[in-house]
Amino acid sequence: MKVISICARPKATPIRLLVLLAASILLGACTSRDSDRLELLNASYDPTREFYAEFNRAFIHHWHEATGQRVNINQSHGGSGRQARAVIDGLDADVVTLALAADIDAIAERGLLPAHWQSRLPANSAPYQSTLAFLVRQGNPRNIRDWDDLARPDVQVITPNPKTSGVARWNYLAAWGWALEAFDGDEARVLEYIRRLFANVPVLDTAARGASTTFIERRIGDVLINWENELLLAIQRFPSTHEIVVPSMSILAEPTVAVVDRNVDRKGTRALAESYLEFLYSDIGQNLAGKHFFRPSNPLFLQKYDHQYPKLRLFTVEEVFGGWGPANAKHFRDGGTFDQVYLRP
Amino acid sequence: MPTSLATPADAVVAPRRINQRVIPGFGLSMGITMAYLGLLVIIPLAGVFLGSLGMTWEHFWNTVTSRQVMASYRVSFGVSFAAALVNAVFGLLVAWILVRYRFPGRKLIDGMVDLPFALPTAVAGIALTALYARTGWIGQFTYFIGLETAYSKTGIFIALTFIGLPFVVRTLQPVIEDLDPEVEEAAASLGASRLRAWFTIILPALIPALLTGFALAFARGLGEYGSVIFISGNMPLRTEITPLIIVKFLEQYQYAEATAVATVMLVVSFLLLLFINLLQRWTESMGQARR
Repeated sequence: MKVISICARPKATPIRLLVLLAASILLGACTSRDSDRLELLNASYDPTREFYAEFNRAFIHHWHEATGQRVNINQSHGGSGRQARAVIDGLDADVVTLALAADIDAIAERGLLPAHWQSRLPANSAPYQSTLAFLVRQGNPRNIRDWDDLARPDVQVITPNPKTSGVARWNYLAAWGWALEAFDGDEARVLEYIRRLFANVPVLDTAARGASTTFIERRIGDVLINWENELLLAIQRFPSTHEIVVPSMSILAEPTVAVVDRNVDRKGTRALAESYLEFLYSDIGQNLAGKHFFRPSNPLFLQKYDHQYPKLRLFTVEEVFGGWGPANAKHFRDGGTFDQVYLRP
Repeated sequence: MPTSLATPADAVVAPRRINQRVIPGFGLSMGITMAYLGLLVIIPLAGVFLGSLGMTWEHFWNTVTSRQVMASYRVSFGVSFAAALVNAVFGLLVAWILVRYRFPGRKLIDGMVDLPFALPTAVAGIALTALYARTGWIGQFTYFIGLETAYSKTGIFIALTFIGLPFVVRTLQPVIEDLDPEVEEAAASLGASRLRAWFTIILPALIPALLTGFALAFARGLGEYGSVIFISGNMPLRTEITPLIIVKFLEQYQYAEATAVATVMLVVSFLLLLFINLLQRWTESMGQARR
């Protein structure tokens, strides 16, 4: 009977509630518009969190000095592929700063930016670079030195799933590139090596941060393959429990950035978005990249921070795989080499 | 609170004329209901079907029956079923204790049952993994006796049991509260043992609600993603759940393939839930017939 007594009260008829709801929505829409404050949304991948936090503050200051306008920068982080999908599905990002050129290519394929986006900014639109290295337990108890050690039967390797994680694709291609040279281009032996490597992987996390947690917090595995900047950061935080091992060669990762044309043209933020990305190439931007353990693309700053990067031979995706398109098609699509690793008949 | 669960029978006490409902506002509330369900349920689900329409039948069939996807159905449906079954047994026990006994801390435990509802599933997954991994508090013992609790099907089972528990408890609680003690007293005065009274009088009355709770927990387990991916290890063919297969397709921008697998999930889940619903109706009518 309680139910009926509530309904009988005059205040809460559904129509009144609806009117109230509509009024509050309208009110909210009016107050949230703040016309003299510019907004910029940067959709980025996970390991850039600390870098962009500091970079955004620098840019806000720079933009205010140059134009007198105040900018609000909204920063979004997530798996690189997931961020790209969000933009495809309508996330209003003005700029994307992702782990793989292939992810921005996917956005371009849907017509949100032109296909030649990568040539619009210097250094293939990669203001900072990185590579991959190994993290091992203190003292390197399994004596892991190079890629061939990862396929040893007594070693457990932690790497995320290349199907769901950007860094895992870099890991996979780096291992493949090393093996291709070690086995003189004999692809059957390369695949055999990759199979033995993944037989040593006890957990396939879906993303890079998850893999780091599995290795560092859960203490599973003997070696973690991850971004150089993530590992340098981890060593800074846990200096006495882990150490970095640098393989003889690795892949040069070029995280790329682009303005999302369709979004900035609709929102009228093109000038702001373009300056934002250009600022990444400025002295301040390059310095910050180095500070956060990325490799600045400007040789001058690369040299300045040279002491913090391990020395190793680097190859690019273009050199060994002919670009991300062919690399994805051959290795990560359905039935590609990664599927052959697990779905051996 | 469960006490305000007014049954429609309560409202229909006044004599009524044809086509004139006692509770006013049917048109408006029905209209809002349909709009609400349409926007939130029917249109998004229809979108899933539409997404896979662009595929040829052969491509669709090959996608949803590939070895890896088939293995994931076995994991998802098998483990969800097992977890819901265990929850049905232990959830009944929890609900029974919470309703029938008075003990210190009862309110606290009653509140804790809802935690799996409220906790972000990723938090649940990370916490459970930390506990059940080889280095965890519980994991160090389970691994000692040779039971792999994290990064295995057992891990998925643990996560889904955690997630599903409140569904069973919360569906059963009001029903147990409404059980008429006179029936039990009558059984006792007619000489039935406590055990016999429980199995022949109480359990049959609870079975429809138990089935509902089981179905809810089962459905929740099928759809669960956040907590499972942390604890399952995600090994292809062994511990990959179907939602992860869908995410994997999406990560590769294979929208059609992702929606194809989602469609299969949707149809099979719907059929299973429909079956459980019918089963529940049937047991309900059996119970009424007996009275």
